[in-house]
Amino acid sequence: MSEIVPGADHPIPHDHADDVELYHPHSWITKYVFSQDAKVIGIQYSLTAMAIGLVALVLSWLMRLQLGFPSTFSFIDPPSYYQFITMHGMIMVVYLLTALFLGGFGNYLIPLMVGARDMVFPYANMLSYWIYLLAVLVLVASFFAPGGPTGAGWTLYPPQAILSGTPGGQGWGIILMLVSLALFIIGFTMGGLNYVVTVLQARTRGMTLMRMPLTVWGIFTATVMALLAFPALFVGAVMMLFDRLLGTSFFMPALVEMGQQLRYGGGSPILFQHLFWFFGHPEVYIVALPAFGIVSDLISTHARRNIFGYRMMVWAIVGIGALSFIVWAHHMYVSGMHPWFGFFFATTTLIIAVPTAIKVYNWLLTLWRGDIHLTVPMLFTLAFIVTFLNGGLTGLFLGNVVVDVPLSDTMFVVAHFHMVMGVAPIMVIFGGIYHWYPKVTGRMMNDAMGKIHFWVTFLGAYLIFFPMHYLGLLGVPRRYHEIGPTSFVPDSAETLNAFISVVALVVGAAQMLFLFNLAWSLRRGREAGPNPWNATTLEWQTPQTPPGHGNWGKETPPVYRWAYAYGVPGAARDFIPQNEPPATAAGDGGSG
Amino acid sequence: MAVALILVLVAVGSVAFHLWSPWWSTPIASNWGYIDDTINLTFWITGFVFVVILLFMAYCVLRFRTRPGNRAHYEPENKRLEWWLTGITAIGVAAMLAPGLVVWNQFITVPRDATEIEVVGQQWRWSYRLPGQDGRLGRSDVRHVSAENPLGVDPTDPQGQDDIILDGEDLRLPIDRPVRVLLRGIDVLHNFYVPEFRAKMDMIPGSITYFWFTPTRTGTFEALCAELCGVGHAAMRGRVVVQTQAEYQAWLVGQRTFAELGAAARRAQASAPPPERDRYEEASR
Ligand code: HEM
Ligand SMILES: [Cu+2]
Ligand SMILES: [Cu+2]
Repeated sequence: MSEIVPGADHPIPHDHADDVELYHPHSWITKYVFSQDAKVIGIQYSLTAMAIGLVALVLSWLMRLQLGFPSTFSFIDPPSYYQFITMHGMIMVVYLLTALFLGGFGNYLIPLMVGARDMVFPYANMLSYWIYLLAVLVLVASFFAPGGPTGAGWTLYPPQAILSGTPGGQGWGIILMLVSLALFIIGFTMGGLNYVVTVLQARTRGMTLMRMPLTVWGIFTATVMALLAFPALFVGAVMMLFDRLLGTSFFMPALVEMGQQLRYGGGSPILFQHLFWFFGHPEVYIVALPAFGIVSDLISTHARRNIFGYRMMVWAIVGIGALSFIVWAHHMYVSGMHPWFGFFFATTTLIIAVPTAIKVYNWLLTLWRGDIHLTVPMLFTLAFIVTFLNGGLTGLFLGNVVVDVPLSDTMFVVAHFHMVMGVAPIMVIFGGIYHWYPKVTGRMMNDAMGKIHFWVTFLGAYLIFFPMHYLGLLGVPRRYHEIGPTSFVPDSAETLNAFISVVALVVGAAQMLFLFNLAWSLRRGREAGPNPWNATTLEWQTPQTPPGHGNWGKETPPVYRWAYAYGVPGAARDFIPQNEPPATAAGDGGSG
Repeated sequence: MAVALILVLVAVGSVAFHLWSPWWSTPIASNWGYIDDTINLTFWITGFVFVVILLFMAYCVLRFRTRPGNRAHYEPENKRLEWWLTGITAIGVAAMLAPGLVVWNQFITVPRDATEIEVVGQQWRWSYRLPGQDGRLGRSDVRHVSAENPLGVDPTDPQGQDDIILDGEDLRLPIDRPVRVLLRGIDVLHNFYVPEFRAKMDMIPGSITYFWFTPTRTGTFEALCAELCGVGHAAMRGRVVVQTQAEYQAWLVGQRTFAELGAAARRAQASAPPPERDRYEEASR
């Protein structure tokens, strides 16, 4: 059988790895500010992403206040509502989730999990963070620019995005947004190349690709996808900047705005949509694949059971990653593109459901006959499965072209994508933070606070987004600051909206508890020790906790087995770390 | 125990909400009952999967919760099980996709006898154009748009002369007659959406898009814009009145054609056509 067959422990020739040349910081500034250590960069990324994420959270409160209690708050008028949804959506998807999963988790975990000393290009890695920070600052600046931020929706569809009927369209808003996105992509590319090269080139002895933890597989595949997808957004952003500033007409046909003939002509608004979604759909999986990977590791560790069907899981990640480049136009079923595309894209989209379902089954089968510890990370994992399953299933509605026709651009879509790419990945982020916090800080997060945070967030988020589907089914469109009196929406929908808004406020407040816990546990948390969860992967086997500069002692750890040796029959303990030599893992039945 | 119970409650609660909450699709008023059927089928299949998986999860949490001395069962793979599950999933997916594609084919195949009408979207209102006596719409182009020709109908096209222009009025349609709705935007994207008709499609400046349907119920229906088009997006409402054949014909004879409107407008403002200003020229001046 091939070497990946779990349990097969191959002795590894004990040769000495060349001492990797590391950059050694000389001062406090180069150690903690302009740091080239991936761990510090990961923390910088995470903190920045959470800070800007808080802005998006506050915006969601404001939107929910407006939707739940229309025309009660005089400071929320239609232009500002559109600015809120745009900034909320863009921040959540790009500046929070992408940055946190790849820049945050990726930087911290990749070198540790593959047994490297650092990223391969530490200097570019440092630049990556600072350019990301600049992108965030430019984005924030647009709140203070004359006319405020853009209100074009996070999809930024032209012609509307650069015309005067949209907030920020003829002002600074759209320019700053596009510049910020371009910066983000430049910064991401520097980090992304690092993650890919590090995974491919800097793995420790014995760490074959098929022994890597699924977290690494998820982040790696997502990074490769992002490197392929972001350029489409980049060129779209640059072309739109040209249209806006230089008067080109890439996306602008001849049009009459408010009775005035504009000097544009010959461009195609649909072209932008293709560019946007060629990025935008893979983006969903850029966020989802790291979540898949992390969840797999959390579930296996906390259920004390090997991940079920590791190879299938790897192939599902890679397969989903590849397929997700040929489904983008399912966001454009009612865009007016050629109707025959509907057949193709509906088919590819529903095919993706199969590998995705396999992942869900394998997580469940990992729970089955496990030894489940209902720790806070495990609870978030369960919540991820519920919300991801729910959102994935409603994806089968929207992917099935003709079913999408009545539902597209309604609150059904809003509910769907929040479930699948809002709530579900956020659950994983929380689970991941509770899980790895002890490694990062040396202390456990407070359990009681964690559980309160979990229950409010999970049940609250479900209560917000599950009923919202039915508003969409009624026909309530998205991106409406109020639906107003209509012939088809019953008054009871108002009550539902108010309910959703109240729950949203509560869920938002619960996040403050999480932030408090983060800070509180830094000093007051229980000492964690090197491996509080009895996990197998390398990051828990570092000589120091938190890991020091260079991660490992004299040598990088040799790897003898896969990452999921939990509950191996005959072994002394219910887990065998990846770097434990076969001799000491007495009689662990590795037959090969 | 509590966790398993809550998982069961989530499953049961979701189904109960689905069955008994007062919020559901608005009653249909077009021939697209097939779309509703496909939605319902999808609800059944996905709902079943959702409940089964949640219950299985609850069972696992209850049954395999850690106990002293317990160890997980070590079983890295089970190829047979994995292939079975893959196969069953593929069948379930195909069971939704196949009817979906069949109905999509109907959705994009316009019947021969469908009447062509036009809906024009601009910030932030709807206008409509109906073919006149000749049953055909004349050519149009945004370059012809002006105060007296708000829809940009080509004044040189004879087929356009008898077109009926409804600007600031409701759209009227006869019941049980298939219509092919041509969609035209003259500034930004819009989307003409009547929830009761189920069909919708974006309008794209520079192109003409379409959908078709047959109204099957008389009454007045609300049209909304379903593609973000600027600050007035939510206020961009219209009305569609579906009438019996007789009522519709009676209304139709009273309507004025493009030629009549144009002549009236030309008489009214014989001089001073509004200047076509160019924003960029103006800005650079
Ligand atoms: C408690 C948490 C959240 C609440 C209450 C919330 C609420 C909302 C609301 C009210 C809208 C506007 C709906 C509309 O009128 O069309 C919206 C839009 C959106 N949200 Fe969230 N949201 C939350 C979390 C998230 C997360 C975690 C993500 C990450 C993916 C996210 C991504 C988006 C996106 C992409 C949009 C669309 C913006 C647009 O239409 O351009 N949201 N959200
Ligand atoms: Cu997509
Ligand atoms: Cu609109």
